Amino acid sequence: MGWYQKRLAKSLWVFHVSASPCNNCDIEILELLTPRYDLERLGIKLVGSVRHADVLLVSGIVNKKIAPRVKRLYKQAPEPIFVVGIGSCYSSQGVFEASYNRCQKLDELIPVDMYVPGCPPKPEAMIEGMAKLMGELNE
Amino acid sequence: MNVDLFFYLLVFPGFLFTSILGLIVGWIDRKVSARFQYRVGPPFFQNFNDIFKLLGKQTVLIKNSLKSPFIIAPLVSFGSLVILSLFIGLPLFFDKSFGGDILVILYIMVVFSIMVFLGGGASGNVYSSIGAGREIKLFLADELTFFLVCLIPIVSSGYNLELTSIISAQNAGAVVGSIHGIIGFLAGIICIQAKMTMQPFDIPEAETEIIEGPLMEYSGSLLAFWKLNHYMMYVIYPFFLIALYLGGFDFQGLGIIWSLLKYLLIVVIMIIIKNTNPRLQINKALSFFWKILFPITFIGLILAILGV
Repeated sequence: MGWYQKRLAKSLWVFHVSASPCNNCDIEILELLTPRYDLERLGIKLVGSVRHADVLLVSGIVNKKIAPRVKRLYKQAPEPIFVVGIGSCYSSQGVFEASYNRCQKLDELIPVDMYVPGCPPKPEAMIEGMAKLMGELNE
Repeated sequence: MNVDLFFYLLVFPGFLFTSILGLIVGWIDRKVSARFQYRVGPPFFQNFNDIFKLLGKQTVLIKNSLKSPFIIAPLVSFGSLVILSLFIGLPLFFDKSFGGDILVILYIMVVFSIMVFLGGGASGNVYSSIGAGREIKLFLADELTFFLVCLIPIVSSGYNLELTSIISAQNAGAVVGSIHGIIGFLAGIICIQAKMTMQPFDIPEAETEIIEGPLMEYSGSLLAFWKLNHYMMYVIYPFFLIALYLGGFDFQGLGIIWSLLKYLLIVVIMIIIKNTNPRLQINKALSFFWKILFPITFIGLILAILGV
């Protein structure tokens, strides 16, 4: 499958899952897709439907209302699918740690392949995360 | 039966040539669009990588969908486009044709729109249904004008329905050299824009509004066929317009460069229109085609009959 993995690494289509974030990470993700950083030169494209996606960019604490939906989105996506956790919320749940509606963390819900820490992470950090994912695929 | 037919169908004017050239031109489209937006743009093999990646992914079949039309639609439309590339490529490259093949081409072009409707409608998704409905509305909008666009060269070549005789009638001078030719050519480019659902008329596949519409629930290899269909149309429709208005191709000496320039002219005009126009509403697209473009093309047809 080495040949196929290389093709996959060169065209990762990204689907943005905002799982109850504070919108900071979302704004940074949108900035990531602007002409300034131009992810299309790496073959990365934002898609609107989860059926077309290769990577789920999940941002935010996963609260009680969104948790079943994140799980369902993960099941709806066609294999192979990778999950990238954006922001600090996936592990420590950041400032929302004492929030009444928090439930399990993202990596207890679905398998996560790559983490990009930061509150919010800079677009350069996210590009580095994606580059590491590509590097893993290319090996 | 005979080997020639399979060669025509699968290799030269047919499947391989059309898809590879289409993917390359699709890259030109993406790159030029990126330069329009002050970006770098994708690398050369990006479209090939996308198609191969999609072919290897899992294809999800939806529980609530009508499965057989859902699977058949991309494959049938792919087949119809391969046949279309054969019917347009044979007169252009091999000077082979049969009586009335323009009518056959027009009929096969209808199949694509119907298959988009079928595939979008079968998936059971709300956005897909909206997109499928819009596809048929857009088809109703552009088909009449497109028919007149095909009629103008037929009239000016002396009422010939064969593509080869239309091309050979333009040996003295291409149709586009006259007033009715210019009208028909420009209307033809706008019609192609609508047939390919490119930017001002990307109403059925509005990415930001109804999330690629009919393609929304497609995944894996079926989506790869839809994407390939879209890139193959980058070859088929401009070639059809070249045969009708620009006098076909010439492969002797400097004619190769001239042929390439003809093709690139149409593609670049399409990309410029795509990048400088926002998406229309469906009612505005319909009224644009019926109230503005159709009368202008009709005047062009009358001019062609009068021989101006």
